[in-house]
Amino acid sequence: MATVIIPAQLRKLTGGKDRVKAKGRNVRQLIEDLDRQFPGFSEQLLQDGDVKPSIAVSIDGEMGTGGVLEPVGEDSEVFFLPALGGGRENPGG
Amino acid sequence: MAASPNGHDYRVIGTRPVRHDGIEKVTGQAKYGADYNFPGMLYGKILRSPYAHAIIKSIKVDKAAALPGVKAVITANDLPALPDKMEQAGEMALNMSHLSANIMARDKVLYDGHAVAAVAATSPHIAEEALRLIEVDYEVLPPVMSVEEAMKPDAPILLPGLRNKEEGPDKPTNVATHLQFKRGDVNEGFKQADYVVEREFKTAMVHQGYIEPHNAVGIYNPDGHATIYCSTQGSFVVRSLSAAVLGMPEGNIKVVPAEIGGGFGGKTTIYLEPLSVLLSKKTGHPVKLTMSRAEVLRATGPTSGSTIRCKMGCSKDGKLLAAQIWMAYEAGAFPGSPVGAGAMTIVAPYNIPNLLIDAYDVVVNRPKTAAYRAPGASNAAMASETIIDELAEKCGIDPCDFRIMNGAREGTPQTAGPPYRRIGYIETVEAIKNSPHYKSKLEGPNRGRGVASGFWFNVGLQSSAIVNIHTDGTASVVIGSVDIGGTRAAQAMIAAEVLGLDVNDVRPLVTDTDSIGHTDVTGGSRTAFATGWAVYEAAQDVVRQLKERAAKLWEKKPEEVSFANGLFTAQGDGIKPMTIKELAGRLARTGGPISGRATVNARGVGPAFATTVIDVEVDPDTGKVQILRATVAQDVGKAIHPSYVEGQMQGGTAQGIGWALNEEYFYDERGILRNTGLLDYRMPTCLDLPMIETCIVEVPTPGHPLGIRGVGEVSIVPPPAAVANAIAHAVGVRMTELPMSPPRVLKALLSKRTRAEAQAAAAGS
Amino acid sequence: MAKKVVVEANINGEPIEFLCEPRQSLLEVLRDVLELTGSKEGCLTGDCGACTVIVNGRPLCSCLMLGVEAQGKTIQTVEGLAAPDRLHVLQQKFLEHASLQCGICTPGFLMSAKALLDRNPKPTEAEIRYALAGNLCRCTGYDKIVRAVADAAQTLASGQQPAGHLGSGPSATEQTERFLQEQEVK
Ligand code: FES
Ligand code: FES
Repeated sequence: MATVIIPAQLRKLTGGKDRVKAKGRNVRQLIEDLDRQFPGFSEQLLQDGDVKPSIAVSIDGEMGTGGVLEPVGEDSEVFFLPALGGGRENPGG
Repeated sequence: MAASPNGHDYRVIGTRPVRHDGIEKVTGQAKYGADYNFPGMLYGKILRSPYAHAIIKSIKVDKAAALPGVKAVITANDLPALPDKMEQAGEMALNMSHLSANIMARDKVLYDGHAVAAVAATSPHIAEEALRLIEVDYEVLPPVMSVEEAMKPDAPILLPGLRNKEEGPDKPTNVATHLQFKRGDVNEGFKQADYVVEREFKTAMVHQGYIEPHNAVGIYNPDGHATIYCSTQGSFVVRSLSAAVLGMPEGNIKVVPAEIGGGFGGKTTIYLEPLSVLLSKKTGHPVKLTMSRAEVLRATGPTSGSTIRCKMGCSKDGKLLAAQIWMAYEAGAFPGSPVGAGAMTIVAPYNIPNLLIDAYDVVVNRPKTAAYRAPGASNAAMASETIIDELAEKCGIDPCDFRIMNGAREGTPQTAGPPYRRIGYIETVEAIKNSPHYKSKLEGPNRGRGVASGFWFNVGLQSSAIVNIHTDGTASVVIGSVDIGGTRAAQAMIAAEVLGLDVNDVRPLVTDTDSIGHTDVTGGSRTAFATGWAVYEAAQDVVRQLKERAAKLWEKKPEEVSFANGLFTAQGDGIKPMTIKELAGRLARTGGPISGRATVNARGVGPAFATTVIDVEVDPDTGKVQILRATVAQDVGKAIHPSYVEGQMQGGTAQGIGWALNEEYFYDERGILRNTGLLDYRMPTCLDLPMIETCIVEVPTPGHPLGIRGVGEVSIVPPPAAVANAIAHAVGVRMTELPMSPPRVLKALLSKRTRAEAQAAAAGS
Repeated sequence: MAKKVVVEANINGEPIEFLCEPRQSLLEVLRDVLELTGSKEGCLTGDCGACTVIVNGRPLCSCLMLGVEAQGKTIQTVEGLAAPDRLHVLQQKFLEHASLQCGICTPGFLMSAKALLDRNPKPTEAEIRYALAGNLCRCTGYDKIVRAVADAAQTLASGQQPAGHLGSGPSATEQTERFLQEQEVK
């Protein structure tokens, strides 16, 4: 099972826990499993069936480019973090 | 041959050829956006709000429309109303109603200079006269100019529809977002600390200051297609955003990127482009819109002013234990300041076990901010890097050693959690520590030396590239990334390296949105990294195809052909190695022309670090700070064209020094911008700066075929803090406000003197 | 609207007549009437120097001069800096030193630098910086610009022919010259 590190603002969903285990071969399945364990995750992370534009997914230290289709490994470490500029901005100068 | 850090020898990479687009640019032939003229072209001008915050009650345009020479007048009513929610436009997500309302105010004006109407006429002078005939009836509202005012519970509300999660769906607010980053337990950390420093910082809103104002020529075709010529960092962004604002299908717009006269992030969004198309549609003529300098300053996106409270603690022997930071950034009139990036960069160079960061994105009656070189990071570093300097001083540790002791390395968790892969932060500090500058002695009264570091993520994103082989064995490289300062040269060098060609036998071309696959902005320090990657792969594709052709000629299998040092060879009798030039002449008979292509959505981007040392002299009578010497060390992964890499490092340093010393948006109490020209918005001239020394550090990005890291941004991050630290060491005052202009420095010096005198008097009595 | 005026001036060595409105600046005339778009607009208030041209030997912001004031004057713009097949030494040095990034400021810097070298062939670094202080560059931090001007001055002072050619490698004329010389030697 993958380890998911929960960002500060979502820890209320996990009862304050900052790391939880979840299973799934890609980000979609992982979020589905998180939502089963801690209802509310899907709503926080997904919009129109994909990862919200304001959120980035890092898997084993690498920023995913595939949204919900990004593969997740058996022992992966998965972080959900704010996308640069909250997705409203272009990524940089 | 230049030896590379990852063990390759390069023939072209690492050399300094003359850029391919150089001749046009030194002879005045290069076409920037404002240089495009078309038969029958009209000139557009924009009417802008004289108020910072007001309701538009009515706009009367008939007098303006009746002026001879005026061909069309438009207002926001001519644009489709768009939904007030985050939406995807091409590859970007943003709130389309905000984007549209920023381009043309709908019900309210939200900042001095906000566009309210536009005119197209046969000459720019007539268009200007027409603006004076447009009658707008405003109901003026109180302006909200600072994050402090905007966050007050009874503050006037800018956007009636704005809500945030914490305050709930029923509470109008000016706070668009609150982000939090948390690790360990800061209270525990501060308890263990021997030294704790806490200060509040304020930084002024500043502008990118590109010398070329925004421009656009729109040509609408009656068949529903349109072409836009403009200076932009991202032709595909212009296409998708303009399509959204105009309600046109994206594929009906072609964007031709002109040469661009600087952007630094400020030209990654749209202002004039859709208006030029709409005016063209209304008049049946091409319409050119250009901004004046005052319009650029009043109404395009600067970067946020900010308030940052920063508290950090360390042990006696200099181990950082905790940091707690509260930061609020001015978003401008619509949400979207770079405060998230600010929060994730502010202590990024360090390994700090206990961390709590609260970050707020706040709307105020100022222009909507846009990206500016490492957005949000320079003002953040002003806070953290001056406190680091104070802590090092308290511990009696050299500021470089303090940074090396606490510096982030491979495996150190980043602010948002994921660990760093191989990075070169420590190497940049060591490069500064070993630099002739840092080793030199600085003598004389009122002189001081300051060190600071900076971090920037860099981004990857999408790029496309085509490499064509011509019949004479030369090649062309076609890309969609605009050339903002050496991109063409770098891309041609990468292709030349792979193909074994002379760099002058490769012609680089920047093309329009119909002629190449999707390519994201030239920004985020991504172009050499991601477009370079696509060019590398496209050139490899050419090599693969050429091997097949050689195999055909030699009646071998393609895998039996090898390619090295510009020569194709295979084992066997009578096989004479062939160059690309020789093979190129045989393409027709072996299967036809060859073009290689590749696209990437680049992963594994390597973040960039820089460390800068600056010497200053402070005039104790005026508070003026003179920069005596500056050296910047930056991890660039692999420098493709070292001169342009140095140029990025020097340019970023110069901008950072301007941010440190002089630049600021100055609004009066009515919220009107008072410094709308380059005399009063004071950017560094060459008299203000010394030569800027550079140390290129090369720690390759793992995974990238050439080890490239983006180089465009991070050098702007350290200078404000480095200058503040230098001032502290020169005259003993800790500056906490940007810019550190003569009046502010003088005030700090005087209050220090008053304190000292009071103490002396108290001691004497 | 006031009537257009006929103005006669010498621009880049050519006697030229043009029609301009009394309110048009010289920059506007150059760019919009004469299609010499090499001079750039950065501010229209005399603060950025992107529009610098040389009028009767002195560098001036063409945005601050009216088109009608050009009557009888000799004006040089960046388009007139290079000989038909050869770059001016300043242009060559700007390229060699990578003194331009975006290049929008380059025409103005070249004209200011030319005016400097015309009157002071051996400027110090301080003199170079002083002469260029009216030109803003936001990309480079000025380092490589100052170096290029110093190098150009040195090249001119040493009497060396500037290496500048249009295009990379020797120009066509020079190749012919070389060829003829080689023939002679034989
Ligand atoms: S445009 Fe003339 S000085 Fe700026
Ligand atoms: S090179 Fe861009 S302004 Fe000078």
